[in-house]
Amino acid sequence: MKILKLLFASVSTLVFASVVNADSITVVSWGGAYTKSQVEAYHKPWQNKTGNQVVSEDYSGGLAEVKAQVESGNVTWDVVDVELSDALQGCDEGILETIDPSTLPAAPDGTPATKDFMDGALQECAVGNIVWSTIYAYDKTKFSTPPTTMADFFNVEKFPGKRGMRKLGKAMLEMALMGDGVPAEEVYDLLGTEAGVQRAFAKLDTIKDHVVWWEAGAQPPQLLADGEVTMTIVWNGRIFNAIAAEGQPFGLVWDGQVYDLDLFVIPKGSKNKEAALDFIRFSTDTQRLADQASWINYGPVRASSIPLIGSYHSDSSIKMIDHMPTTEAALKNALQNDFEFWADNGEELNERFNAWLAN
Amino acid sequence: MLASQNNNNQKMLTTDGIPLKKKLSKALFRSRLRAFGLVTPLLLLISIGFVFPIIVFLTRGVYNDTFEKYMVNLTPILAEWDGKSEPTEDMYEALVLDLVWLKETKNIGKVASRMNRELSGSRSLFTSSARKAKKLEAPFKESLTKVKKKWAKLETWRAMKVTSQSLSPVFLASALDMKYTAEGTIVQKSPERRIHVKLFIRTLEISLVVVIAGLILGYPVAFLLANLPIRISNLLLILVLLPFWTSLLVRTTAWIAMLQGQGVLNDLFVVFGIATDEDRFTLIYNKAGTLISMTHILLPFMILPIYSVMKTIPPSYVRAAKSMGATNWTAFWRIYFPQTIPGIGAGAILVFILAISFYITPALVGGQDGTMISNFIDYHMRKSLNWSLAAAMGGVLLVIILFLYWIYDRVVGIDNMKLG
Repeated sequence: MKILKLLFASVSTLVFASVVNADSITVVSWGGAYTKSQVEAYHKPWQNKTGNQVVSEDYSGGLAEVKAQVESGNVTWDVVDVELSDALQGCDEGILETIDPSTLPAAPDGTPATKDFMDGALQECAVGNIVWSTIYAYDKTKFSTPPTTMADFFNVEKFPGKRGMRKLGKAMLEMALMGDGVPAEEVYDLLGTEAGVQRAFAKLDTIKDHVVWWEAGAQPPQLLADGEVTMTIVWNGRIFNAIAAEGQPFGLVWDGQVYDLDLFVIPKGSKNKEAALDFIRFSTDTQRLADQASWINYGPVRASSIPLIGSYHSDSSIKMIDHMPTTEAALKNALQNDFEFWADNGEELNERFNAWLAN
Repeated sequence: MLASQNNNNQKMLTTDGIPLKKKLSKALFRSRLRAFGLVTPLLLLISIGFVFPIIVFLTRGVYNDTFEKYMVNLTPILAEWDGKSEPTEDMYEALVLDLVWLKETKNIGKVASRMNRELSGSRSLFTSSARKAKKLEAPFKESLTKVKKKWAKLETWRAMKVTSQSLSPVFLASALDMKYTAEGTIVQKSPERRIHVKLFIRTLEISLVVVIAGLILGYPVAFLLANLPIRISNLLLILVLLPFWTSLLVRTTAWIAMLQGQGVLNDLFVVFGIATDEDRFTLIYNKAGTLISMTHILLPFMILPIYSVMKTIPPSYVRAAKSMGATNWTAFWRIYFPQTIPGIGAGAILVFILAISFYITPALVGGQDGTMISNFIDYHMRKSLNWSLAAAMGGVLLVIILFLYWIYDRVVGIDNMKLG
């Protein structure tokens, strides 16, 4: 009888222990080459270190799923990779957990995390991960003289062919103004006025008949590869992946780039909050962010990660630092996405953008 | 007369002494109960999983209490304010009280988002003022306008008055390209903001074209299916059913490969000299793309009901007509065709109702002029998170469908529909 009891107790502790030890968290990101970089640099090392499982899911941005999960009380996502404007909006609406930045690991030289992260990368509910950029790319085989400026993108006479653009007001309106000759630092002041908005739409009107609209990030490199378009607005990591990994003859133009941050957040009421926090702390340390950059050219948000950036994982001749959106050359005429501007005017501008599209 | 007869038969009893009538109704009740018991699971599933959520969601289109729920002090005062006169110190005080409380309870974002839908720029106005609200001192009118000048504007207060009404047509108006004002009137939006009415019309137009195209393409196929020898018609039926069983997404992407600029069809056109290599046809990412792929995807829903009705028509009728001297055309048009109308009716309404709410296909191949109203409902559900507007648009769509169904019933008659 005693033996039986002992056996029962040990079995139950075993079961219990295995449940406690093997946490499984769901990490949601944008799919494609970007998710792959995260799986290689964050998920796998973290799984090896802690023994926990990471389930990777894809989504195409926005807070709808998070909101639906939190409101219905059935939260199945533990960590989500979001854009800055969504991180702020979600935090304001109370659907994200707060994250204390002082619990994040310091840089190797002892600089505390709060000083090591770039401006805006640490928020009440979010921890920054990468800098990514919206740029445009072109098919090298189609042009004898390559385009070099944002204005060239809107010039269908000199550079004939269809254009790929994102079906959203954000970044497209800014690029339209920059393509019209507005310097980067004046874009948001101008876009805040009715005249500026009209000017942006007038510029978009000039190429409206030549545009193929895309929604998912994986589409534009495909459109370019299929020959459907000769130039397309694209996220810099996706197009780099097409060039470096698939050897496509694409060129890219940094002039007029609009860069933004991606951050990790935890939906409110996550069942694995502690594990999720541990994952975020692990993934955003200096080394991990630098590792991520050898898979895709999205820049790490920690200053201490920059010197550690190596070469492309499968081709050591490609030095990743030269392809980051934050190099001096790339930043010459660049615009940081103004999240406050979009938080305030996004609704109205997207409504007008949609109406413009349908007309 | 009947009553007296009943009285006479009152004594009719069963063997155990209970009146027959009573016993009968008891037995009927029991069998009815049993029948009801059998359908209960389905009934529960439909009401809990379908009817109830839809009703709850549709109410969001006319009822949104975000402002009333969180701005407890200001809401009653706003209700009495006329919307024209200068806002009083009382109103400013109530506003500051609410902002302080919202900041403490972390609900400021909810009100700010709701307000921003009414007046662009309100989000930062609310969130940044709430951060400083605690330190503000009386007179609040002065101190608050010092924080943000917008608080002195009548426009801001009028927007708050509109938002403070929980039960209001503001989203329904917006779904129909109109604006609900603080005075309670409804005005049309400026032309560059009008979009929904146009999309509702386009949705109806696309659905109608898909039905007509499906009918023209599907009717002969159904006729062949019903009249060819069984061995050949079975093979043909498989050809109809095979795409029917294939995922919608797969069929849509297959059409992308077929129709795109560098796709199969355009390549053929170039080979046969119909198009030049530089100037290929744009068959996708526009209305044509939506029409072609939707017609193909919905074709089985047209063919199958017509086929099953044709199957039941005895061939002897047409033979009889011909034996009496009818030409082929007369025999078809006067004898055969009228008998297939129930099938056409069923197929047409099935395809139309499915088409009107299509959204994956137009989202993938619709480009800018081939998108439908459901794509915008989806946009407001997933991207702008304006669920109230999505609910209002869904409600309008539902009303349109019910109205068309009613017309259909009056013209064709729903009893005339047959699925086999």
